[in-house]
Amino acid sequence: MISFSVNGTRRSFDGDPAMPLLWYLRDDLELTGTRYGCGVGSCGACTVHLDGRAVRACQTKMSELTGKEVTTIEGLHPHGEHPLQIAWREIDVPQCGYCQSGQIMKAAELLRSTPHPTDRQIDNAMNGNICRCGTYPRIRGAIKLAAEKRS
Amino acid sequence: MSGLMSGSVDDGDEAVARDMERRRFVQLLGMGGLVFAAGPSGIRRLGRLAETAVPVDPFSPHAYIALREDGTVTITCHRSEMGQGIRTTMPMIIADEMEADWARCRVEQAVGDERKYGSQNTDGSTSIRLFLTKYREAGATVRALLEHAAAKQWGTDVSEVRARQHTVIHERSGRSLSFGALVATARSLPMPEKTSVRVKSPSERRWQGKKMPSIDLVPMTTGTAIYGADVRLPGMKVAVIAHPPVWGGRVRSFDARAALRVPGVEKVLHIPEPPLPAGYNTVGGLAVVARNTWAAIQGRAALRIVWDDGPHASYDSVAYRAELEASVRKPGTAGRVVGNVEEALASAPRTLEREYYMPHLSHAQMEPVVAIAQAVNGTVEVWAPTQSPQDARGTVAKYLGTDESKVTVHVTLLGGAFGRKSKPDYICEAAWLSREVGVPVRVQWTREDDLRNSYYHTVAAHRLEAGFDGNGTVTAWRHRVAYPAIDAIFAQDVEGPGPDDLTNGASDIPYAIPNIRVEVCPAVAHTRIGWYRSVNAIHHGFAIGSFIDELAVESKKDPAKYLLDLLGPDRVVDLSKDGLVAPASNYGGTWTDYPLDTGRARRVVELAIEKSGWGTPLPSGRGRGIAMHRSFLTYVAMVVEVDVAADGTVSVPRATVATDAGFVANPDRARSQMEGAVIMGMSNTLYSEISFRNGRVVQSNYPSYPVTRMRTAPHTVDVHLVESEALPGGIGEPAVPPSAAAICNAIWDATGVRIRQLPVGRQLAGARARTTDPDGQDR
Ligand code: FES
Ligand code: FES
Repeated sequence: MISFSVNGTRRSFDGDPAMPLLWYLRDDLELTGTRYGCGVGSCGACTVHLDGRAVRACQTKMSELTGKEVTTIEGLHPHGEHPLQIAWREIDVPQCGYCQSGQIMKAAELLRSTPHPTDRQIDNAMNGNICRCGTYPRIRGAIKLAAEKRS
Repeated sequence: MSGLMSGSVDDGDEAVARDMERRRFVQLLGMGGLVFAAGPSGIRRLGRLAETAVPVDPFSPHAYIALREDGTVTITCHRSEMGQGIRTTMPMIIADEMEADWARCRVEQAVGDERKYGSQNTDGSTSIRLFLTKYREAGATVRALLEHAAAKQWGTDVSEVRARQHTVIHERSGRSLSFGALVATARSLPMPEKTSVRVKSPSERRWQGKKMPSIDLVPMTTGTAIYGADVRLPGMKVAVIAHPPVWGGRVRSFDARAALRVPGVEKVLHIPEPPLPAGYNTVGGLAVVARNTWAAIQGRAALRIVWDDGPHASYDSVAYRAELEASVRKPGTAGRVVGNVEEALASAPRTLEREYYMPHLSHAQMEPVVAIAQAVNGTVEVWAPTQSPQDARGTVAKYLGTDESKVTVHVTLLGGAFGRKSKPDYICEAAWLSREVGVPVRVQWTREDDLRNSYYHTVAAHRLEAGFDGNGTVTAWRHRVAYPAIDAIFAQDVEGPGPDDLTNGASDIPYAIPNIRVEVCPAVAHTRIGWYRSVNAIHHGFAIGSFIDELAVESKKDPAKYLLDLLGPDRVVDLSKDGLVAPASNYGGTWTDYPLDTGRARRVVELAIEKSGWGTPLPSGRGRGIAMHRSFLTYVAMVVEVDVAADGTVSVPRATVATDAGFVANPDRARSQMEGAVIMGMSNTLYSEISFRNGRVVQSNYPSYPVTRMRTAPHTVDVHLVESEALPGGIGEPAVPPSAAAICNAIWDATGVRIRQLPVGRQLAGARARTTDPDGQDR
């Protein structure tokens, strides 16, 4: 039995310990905001926080969760009003929107460790998150806007 | 959204009340943005939408519009949302014409029903260009109806009343009635005569032509947006399918014992492989049906299958390229003939011949294809991210041998599509499997499935020959192209595209050249070819845009100035009368409505030159390139700035896009499409390639099929839209075609290396940046 919490709720799991967290979130908890894009850790669509650090849910086995706190896009902010979420809306970042949960979760980690990231820091932090629609310039803009507003 | 409301606030108290109301509805729009019409009650995930439900029996004076007595206006979007913003733009146009209060409008997504809604096939950049007038007329008709209803209630003449923001006003008496209060009367009235319906003049428009934020922003930024894999049905199973690795292959034998031992795996079923070409149907294979996704994925991995690879088992991209190149070195079928190109080439003082090659591509949209179906009790209900619910409905009905009336297709949000999701093969799989197992099934493709079983963008070889004089003036233009055709998914032995396919910017070039011959040469398909954002205009644009740049260099001319010279004097041309071989299609538009207007082409080139700072010095390692392409009835010129690092890595610090798409309904969404097109253009040009060996796709996932990422993506994409009331052209696609040539021309400017085959990949690894020499004298 593996015990952990997801978005502040305590959970336990006794299925296949090798199952990726991604499928637990999507299939078992129906937290479908965490998206499947590649399954090999290459696109970032499945990014969640594990004890505050951004990880790929498709590369995180259930066995690694013992005692850990998982935060998904649904739990990032109680009213969906994290500064990044607000900035995303102000700049109208999403096109299809599919990658954006992962983008926001990755950006949230960046802003926590680096409240005022430079372009290079943004590029390096966000390079693992693919947006096939090509919203990168707006993502950069929204991260900067959120950083500005915070200060 | 509050900025939009400035015209409608009255006095203090009412303003507060309205503001609260507005916020409530904005929330409905946001959170309940994706409302499925008439789904079965057992859908858990959709349960929360019940709170947004309003009383039954709405009044639907138009297929797109319903009104309720509480004032709610529901606008049904019949086109699929895949990032272009149609779920916002379409309702916004209607609400504007209707004089509805945007905050009291909600948006529903239509089920597949072409007869009711008109074409729902969301491809070809058609949503606005085919429907702008219809949306305007729909809104204006309902506005007229409500005005008639108010006039009737007051016993006045309709000419004395007018609708204004959800209310009809009788100015002389100061009376007013809200839209909701007019529903009962409106129900009893006939629809207004077409002649009494007046579409707004430009100055009366509130929102059309201005920025309107997407209605799906809240769900898309909170993880609550519903895509294909997010719908939940009671008792639903998940299926993952092992498709034949070669087009036309079939299962010879298999051993499912290990798969069935995987906990959670329930069944392994053989979906029959249809005879080629299979069209929109599934290619068949072995489906592992399981209790959850992980079990299905593991079960599929445990299958042991011996395949019979069929007729395309030797498809090999290296050998095929040689075939295509041999094909374009011989005459083909003419798609356009002007003057006598042979004579002109023979007598030209100088000639230049160049060949270009572009490989297959896959859409690689972020959401792998997925579909949910419930085929029980003789009916089929589908939830899927599909670009064409009408085709999905018809194809599923045919595939299962049932009537269309028994099939309902609900459209979820599409996590990207780019043409992949106009083919409903995956929906057929879900429907077939659900019928076989008797419970709802979600068919989940993995990324590997998605890349290896796509309908690929074609692979193309081009050969261009020009005759020109000492001034660089081109007197002869011969262009031969060979690529396997999309038609090959519908018919056997297709010898390549027809000449009509060349009107994607190859035969319909806008250049002032007295002798032109454009030919298509034979090429047989060995895999499924399909529409991919901008389709043949991609490789046409790459080859033509690169060749013009090479001619400029050969003529020692500035490429931008050369491009303008080549366009010649402004002309408005009906190309069907200027050498195009019939049928000379024009993206579904007539040549009268949408002639080739070289003046518009020239203006976008000039705009791109002006706004990009063309000609100003750049640091070492940087270069600029320009290209222009007309496609989907829109003119786009692009100046791209590249930075080539010492290791050959190319990034694009800046791109300038100048677009004349006629009237643009929602400029911010148009801009975002242009931004995305540059970035997808970078993927097409720099990174991506699908290749075949032994009939099988070599690439499998993003590490082997790279796409543009943040580090090399532009910091600035300056989009300049020509303000216009002209008939609308496409928006989603037309900025892709000029991008490859603009990037490659910029690479040449930066390094002196000419790219003639895509992707650029590692071709620049040994290239050194040029240090001086802005005018190309000494490469
Ligand atoms: S799905 Fe996890 S990184 Fe792509
Ligand atoms: S918005 Fe579509 S993939 Fe990023």
